[in-house]
Amino acid sequence: MIEARGLSKRFQDKKRGEIRAVDNVTFTCQPGKIYGLLGANGAGKTTTLRMLATILEPTDGTAIVCGHDVVEQPEKVRANVGFLSTATALYPRLTSQEMVEYFGRLNGLDEATLKKRVDDIFNRLDMNSFRDRRCDKLSTGMKQKTSIARTLVHDPSVMIFDEPTNGLDIMTARTIIDFIRECRDRGKTVIFSTHIMSEVEKLCDTIGIIQSGKLLVEGSPPQLRQKFAEQDLEEIFVKVVAPHYVTTEAN
Amino acid sequence: MSLRNIGIVYRKELTESLRDRRTLITMFVLPLIIFPLLSVGFGAMIAVLIGKAKEESPKVMVIGGDDSPSVLAGLKKVPRIQIVPLESNWKDEVVNKQVPVVVEIPEGFERNLAGEKEQTVLIHDYEGDLKSETAKDKVEKYFNEYRDSIVKDRLAARNLPVSVLKPFEIKPHNVAPPEKSGGALFFGGFIAYIVVFLCLNGGMHPAMDLTAGEKERGTMETILSSPISRSHLVLGKFLLVLTTALTTAALSVISMGISFAIANALRTTPIQAGEQGATLHIGFGAALSVFIMAVPLAVLFSSVLITISTFAKSYKEAQSYIMPLIFIVIIPAIAAMLPGVELNPKLALVPILNVSLLCKELVIGTYHWNYIAIIFASTCVYAAAALFIAIKMFQRESVLFRS
Repeated sequence: MIEARGLSKRFQDKKRGEIRAVDNVTFTCQPGKIYGLLGANGAGKTTTLRMLATILEPTDGTAIVCGHDVVEQPEKVRANVGFLSTATALYPRLTSQEMVEYFGRLNGLDEATLKKRVDDIFNRLDMNSFRDRRCDKLSTGMKQKTSIARTLVHDPSVMIFDEPTNGLDIMTARTIIDFIRECRDRGKTVIFSTHIMSEVEKLCDTIGIIQSGKLLVEGSPPQLRQKFAEQDLEEIFVKVVAPHYVTTEAN
Repeated sequence: MSLRNIGIVYRKELTESLRDRRTLITMFVLPLIIFPLLSVGFGAMIAVLIGKAKEESPKVMVIGGDDSPSVLAGLKKVPRIQIVPLESNWKDEVVNKQVPVVVEIPEGFERNLAGEKEQTVLIHDYEGDLKSETAKDKVEKYFNEYRDSIVKDRLAARNLPVSVLKPFEIKPHNVAPPEKSGGALFFGGFIAYIVVFLCLNGGMHPAMDLTAGEKERGTMETILSSPISRSHLVLGKFLLVLTTALTTAALSVISMGISFAIANALRTTPIQAGEQGATLHIGFGAALSVFIMAVPLAVLFSSVLITISTFAKSYKEAQSYIMPLIFIVIIPAIAAMLPGVELNPKLALVPILNVSLLCKELVIGTYHWNYIAIIFASTCVYAAAALFIAIKMFQRESVLFRS
């Protein structure tokens, strides 16, 4: 369960002055559901998700993740969260297995549990053939699987995906999409950001459209279709975002 | 503070570093080749160069002297010089180092000697050039001796004893032990200081790789999403950088001790610093003291390296920030070699320079315990402050996500 309450992030920029990257965002993600954060580049998706994962600290507001406050108990939040983005790379000189074990240990697993967990994940994701291969020698697909294994090793109840398929080929992207679905089926709370409409259509139980740091519209796909009297999600997105997009450009 | 978490990070960074060729080269290979090269190679090279210059027969041109055949004949008999015919552009020949010296004998030299007139023999040389100086010394020696013999003859002709002109002799006598004087002081401190430099060098690559390198490769975001706290993370990284810096220092000291022991046993060195006969000997005691002084310095270096490279966005950017740091470490080494720069209570508080000055003393076996205490303690204070800043730096979002 994720509850964002007035979540805000301001940056100071030398040229542009104060920037409200995320501005008073409130939403809730339920266990066993997928929440899709939809937005153009620079809309505030990554900053929002990084605050939920406690990689960044909110300047105002807060979020409760698995009952822990992201400001008060960031380490407890991280212990319950699996965070995956195309930016979260692997350590090139560690093997696939060492990479997963490292994150297991950082999550406080004891050696016996860790071994069982790692064996289980490597079998399930069919990763045994490249277990001992260094991460810099892995193919993109193998890297993605290792990243997935890394986020799963501590069995988190909340999964945060930041544009997880960005820059991946169709087959590798498919692995990720299937994985997101599997997380939902296992009852995890899933939030993911994207600007790819087909992914939204396939996966999301709830959609939040974000632009200029503000959450503009929220609802399930059928609700949105009804509200905007429009079948195509892309058209809905453009309708919602366009007015705000123009003003930001003009500024 | 969780030692378990710091240990996990440290072990992982160690695994990765030991698989990194660049770390291995700076940590193991460099110290193991630099000191044998310096002790045996450098010493031998100097000995060879000086010996060669002494053994060569330098060319000498003579201006005039046609009317002074006996002086000319005597000059031709001087061993290891070679009289060559005079050329009109003799000055250029000296400037271009083609001919080391040109002797100018005044007109009617012998006639003037007989008439007891004042006159000057000019030796045109290239000051500072080793070859020219040795040739000049030889020619000058010949004329000195010739002059002395004439003085002797003149005194004898007047029935006067030689002591009229030389009432007494002046002779310096060195009572300092040879290993504590002259060239040893100059080179010893410098060579010992190389340990300090290698110590910095050893920590440099890992520090950049573990911070700026992580940002560049995108693993920073990955690790920050794990439950480990940022202070534990940076401490684990710091310990790894410290390990490589200290390993480099330790290997340097061992390599230095062994190299000089072997060199002294083989007698290829001691470096013969000029003709002072000073020998260079760096004992294990001195080597160990240098290492002990390098420990707090290694903490200081590691913290500063981490702070600077955490700020950088990429490995390359970190390199350009760290370049000036190399100069900050080299300049004290040069300053400490300047004559008259000695340890005093004020300089003992200047980081890095104090250790550099102390190296000079340690190498020759002088232990000023009060200075050692001040330097060790002050370096510890600087190191602690630097580590504190490094930890604070690593917690700043604006630094970790600089773009």
